[in-house]
Amino acid sequence: MAVQVLIPTPLQKFTNDEASVDLEAASVDELLQAMEGRFPGILSRLCDESGKLRRFLNVYVNSEDIRFLNHQATALADGDEVSIVPAVAGG
Amino acid sequence: MRLDSWRTGSSPGRRQGLNQYPIPRLGYFHSHHLSLLASTYRCASSVTAILSRSTFIGLRCKECGHPYEAGARHVCEDVCFGPLEVVYDYDAIRSRVSRATIEAGPTSIWRYREFLPIEGDPIDVGTGFTPLLRANRLARRLGLKELYIKNDGVNMPTLSFKDRVVSVALTRARELGFTTVSCASTGNLANSTAAIAAHAGLECCVFIPSDLELGKVLGTLVYNPTLMAVKGNYDQVNRLCSEVANTYGWGFVNINLRPYYSEGSKTLGYEVIEQLGWRLPDHIVAPLASGSLFTKIRKGFDEFIKVGLVEEKAVRFSGAQAEGCSPIAQAFAEGRDFITPVKPHTIAKSIAIGNPADGPYAIDIANRTGGNIAAVSDAEIIEGIKLLAETEGVFTETAGGTTIAVLKKLVEQGKIDPSESTVAYITGNGLKTTEAIASSIGEPFVIEAQLASFNSAWERAQSLQRATWETVG
Ligand SMILES: Cc1ncc(COP(=O)(O)O)c(C=O)c1O
Ligand SMILES: [Zn+2]
Repeated sequence: MAVQVLIPTPLQKFTNDEASVDLEAASVDELLQAMEGRFPGILSRLCDESGKLRRFLNVYVNSEDIRFLNHQATALADGDEVSIVPAVAGG
Repeated sequence: MRLDSWRTGSSPGRRQGLNQYPIPRLGYFHSHHLSLLASTYRCASSVTAILSRSTFIGLRCKECGHPYEAGARHVCEDVCFGPLEVVYDYDAIRSRVSRATIEAGPTSIWRYREFLPIEGDPIDVGTGFTPLLRANRLARRLGLKELYIKNDGVNMPTLSFKDRVVSVALTRARELGFTTVSCASTGNLANSTAAIAAHAGLECCVFIPSDLELGKVLGTLVYNPTLMAVKGNYDQVNRLCSEVANTYGWGFVNINLRPYYSEGSKTLGYEVIEQLGWRLPDHIVAPLASGSLFTKIRKGFDEFIKVGLVEEKAVRFSGAQAEGCSPIAQAFAEGRDFITPVKPHTIAKSIAIGNPADGPYAIDIANRTGGNIAAVSDAEIIEGIKLLAETEGVFTETAGGTTIAVLKKLVEQGKIDPSESTVAYITGNGLKTTEAIASSIGEPFVIEAQLASFNSAWERAQSLQRATWETVG
């Protein structure tokens, strides 16, 4: 499954300033591993020691928060767009 | 150039956005060249005190404590993605500020400028120092002895507490060299950003959900910014804006300027202390959307205690949400310290944030202070708006209706003691959300310009009023 990942500015130092990268993965968990494979070191920014996504990070698959889907087990299909967005304040 | 502009280090990279005009600003180039020198001085507070009127040192991750320069950044990018917060030199503040210096300052948030993260002259549009009303009639109705309304519905220039955060954010945006400012907004923030950007001569492009109340939309458009009405809820607007912020070099008040923006809400804490005669209340009730305002009122109280401006005392913090969007109240009720996001469905659109970034901190404060976080229905919110208007002559929007309805609920549940001095924060103006109450209030008597027509209408009015009394009992 080829998916497109939108990388937030703070993580672009891992991706040679690329704002978007294409990767193969069938789930969000697999995608996180694939990112680490391509950009060593990025995983420890995204996840804590237990492998859980950090609580101030939001991950969306085609604009839907994965917490409304199947969290890190959310399946990915060809052409899906995944965005990683640090939490922001509101109003 | 001013010496103080090179102390806190700006971030030149953020400025190369697509729509940024390449207009060099003198201070910016100098600050860039001298940033190395400045970092040498950064730790020596005696030196910085001479160099600068500003009292803030830099940014720090609220989660892991990692330090950052005071540029346009909002998350802990080197370690944990936690939110960044401004760090101050409290010794410098203590040495410069007293009750007397504050009282001699302008009647705006800038009387507290030493506690705010700016270096030079503020954008002062008269924001802040709004009335603190002793609300005796509402207190009697609820069964409280000492109740106050902090009325930011009459804040300047756009009638909500957001003018505080935006005045700070745009002052800082200008200092960091931004020429275009932006925000993701549930309505009030867009009003405020557009208005204060107009005053400061900044380009402005703001984003709102497309289903907002007319007053909120007009109250932005009149300042002639570019307004993007996004088909989606606030959380979707926010996600879009985070992506825009990644690619356009704009100053987003609630994204890359968030550490500065959020500090503006501390002034709601300072003002209440000062207006109560330099003392703390026993209990406060405030609305929660992202949870930022709530946590910053707390920070404001803590800072005044820390520098000796007010005597320490326990203050209970209670938060208000609408049932149709209550992720923080739900987590609080279930004893969780993490938030499960929700999709908002409520008339309280200004506080309809389904994925509140500061939710965990708000829960922590409510727990640690012995407060509560409660939610009320849309019907209760409307009753809250009417109750405040009828008893105190204050017309608030849905967020304020939520606060009053939660205040009432907490008193009824025995969670606010009648003897506690209590402050309810009213954060927005009712004229912006007239749709919410239009079908729940009376109608005018339409009459001829003749005494007879008035006489019979008056009689009808009297009997209607008698009927209301009878049903009230
Ligand atoms: C009128 C009003 N009150 C309260 C809030 C809540 O602010 P916060 O996001 O800081 O919790 C907002 C903003 O979203 C608002 O517009
Ligand atoms: Zn951190």
